[in-house]
Amino acid sequence: MQSTPTPAPSRVQSLLKGESIQRLLALGALVILLVFFSIVVPHFASTNNYIDILTATAVNGVLATGVTFVIITGGIDLSLGTAMTFTSVVMGLVSVNMGLPLPIGILAAFAAGALVGLTNGFLIAKLKLPPFIATLGMLYVTLGMAQVISDVHPIYFETIQPSFQQFFMGKTIFGIPNIVWVMFGGAAVAWILLNRTILGRYTFALGSNEEATRLSGVNTDRWKIIVYVVDGLFVGLAGIVIASRMASAQPGLGMGYELDAIAAAVIGGTSLSGGEGSVVGTIIGAFLISTLRIGLSVAGVPDQWKSVITGLVVIGAVYLDILRRRSRA
Amino acid sequence: MKLTRVASLAAGSMALMMVASACSSAAATPAPAATAAPAASTAAGSGSTGAASAYTPPTDAGAAKGKTIAIVSKGEQHQFWQAVKKGALDEAAKLGVTATYTGPATESEVDKQLTMLQTALSGNPAAVCFAALDSKAAGALLDQAKAANIPVIGFDSGVDSTIPVTTVATDNIAAAGVEADKLAGLIGDAGKVAVIVHDQTSQTGITRRDGFVNEMKAKHPNIQVVDIQYGAGDPVKSADIAKAIMTKNPDLKGFFGANEGSIKGILNALKETGNEGKIVAVGYDSGQQQLDAINSGVEAGAITQNPVGIGAKCVDAAIDAVNGKTLPKNIDTGFYWFDKTNINNPEIQAVLYK
Repeated sequence: MQSTPTPAPSRVQSLLKGESIQRLLALGALVILLVFFSIVVPHFASTNNYIDILTATAVNGVLATGVTFVIITGGIDLSLGTAMTFTSVVMGLVSVNMGLPLPIGILAAFAAGALVGLTNGFLIAKLKLPPFIATLGMLYVTLGMAQVISDVHPIYFETIQPSFQQFFMGKTIFGIPNIVWVMFGGAAVAWILLNRTILGRYTFALGSNEEATRLSGVNTDRWKIIVYVVDGLFVGLAGIVIASRMASAQPGLGMGYELDAIAAAVIGGTSLSGGEGSVVGTIIGAFLISTLRIGLSVAGVPDQWKSVITGLVVIGAVYLDILRRRSRA
Repeated sequence: MKLTRVASLAAGSMALMMVASACSSAAATPAPAATAAPAASTAAGSGSTGAASAYTPPTDAGAAKGKTIAIVSKGEQHQFWQAVKKGALDEAAKLGVTATYTGPATESEVDKQLTMLQTALSGNPAAVCFAALDSKAAGALLDQAKAANIPVIGFDSGVDSTIPVTTVATDNIAAAGVEADKLAGLIGDAGKVAVIVHDQTSQTGITRRDGFVNEMKAKHPNIQVVDIQYGAGDPVKSADIAKAIMTKNPDLKGFFGANEGSIKGILNALKETGNEGKIVAVGYDSGQQQLDAINSGVEAGAITQNPVGIGAKCVDAAIDAVNGKTLPKNIDTGFYWFDKTNINNPEIQAVLYK
């Protein structure tokens, strides 16, 4: 609290500059892809299809927004997907099995996400486990716990379904499902946190030079834990969003979602070595992934080729990032 | 910065080329090769196939009394497997044998399953029931079982080996064929239909897809299977895929979801696009959401296997094997087509799960 974070203004400025270029690249690629699919693939260019792409982005967009904070500090969160499942199961238990009002179930999902984040943060900041290992362990813990507390049964939201699913999947603005607005709302909150608060400044400082940040009097352990808790809150939000799409909590799901989210952040210019990243870029990255997937699906491209192409896009994005760094250095 | 621009251009154009070439190859995607001639399906009614129903289960455990039967399944996560587990454990308790039940976390963890089979064999059980995730990967372990005189019962999907004394399973090709006939009847035997499958590597994925497609080709020439896509059994991913298929084929008349997760995805997609009741959907297995959809008419019907029966019969077969009885090569556990009209019949209710 006592002093301002370490990076000198000039470095911050250069960071922002580099970041905006990567963001433009990702945005450019997204626009090119949309235009390409719209021209080449029959039926792709329709309002409904664009809305489908928005809807398909919601879960990944929220997860990716959360993990962006963590990646900027130089960390990683592999427990994203299964922790998301855990939070949706907790919400199901509270709202369906215990019959408590829906807002309490939603709060419980956030609390469950924050708890996972707190645990991750504690393991990393206090016990000094590498983030990769700590969150890998929590991947299995949350997957198992989701199944333990649900007794490996899906929880169906019939009792709360009309209001719950209506609230999140209803189309109140421009015919776009509310979960898309939830994603944008979450991203807006994340943008403010990252760019306008001390949390954001310390997030970047932790990733740029943790030691210097600590020496300047910042309680780095505490801020690191806070960053993982913020990530956990977004995981809770993703749990609510995915549960609303299925009108149920499915304890077997979740593995693999973390990779999509990390890919979205990386495509959007968030650097895995820390210190760089943006919420806008991450959201663009998430759109790029779902545009690619849906575009290829509408085109009828076989599944195996979809995977190959998605992988090449991730590799290409990271390579561009490396080129950009090299040309800057 | 110049370098960056050149690189982005190069990468961009390469990606587009990839996409373009993949698109063109997709246009000529051949229908999956036939692995076996589809069984002549009983066009009407419930029709469990009577191929090997001659099997009579034992009434007592005999020499297997008090011994352990190790069951290595494909997992515990899906409700289907929970029902198999229940069937097996109940039958074991009834006949006085001990059954252990294990399975990997997801249905792609072939290696983990092999470790589980290894552990099971090391415990020297009286018999092993094994539902292979990969029907060819377990060869060495099966040899080991044979050397130790531990009889192996295959269940759910076949094990590609001569070692298992019998295989307890649903005839998925025949079942998917019945599904095709039903869907054809519901859309007036003409038009476009699409299929969403859980994966293209497992025995159930392959046989259900091929059983459906081949029956359509053979019996329903005016029906076009326009798309087959794979959603990993994930209801959200399958929903996004189903919507993409509808976008591509605005005149689509029918959907077939080849397992519980796939049909859930289709149902979600119909709901999210307001197409409930406009596109005919048929599914596989049960689960609350699917049962609700069938009751309300959003889903026309589904094939249900007999998971409780699969579990019970594999324990039965294990006991028979321990007692040295000769078993038929295949024990068919049957399947039923069910819809709004017969969902409440006792024989259907007995095999459904929520």
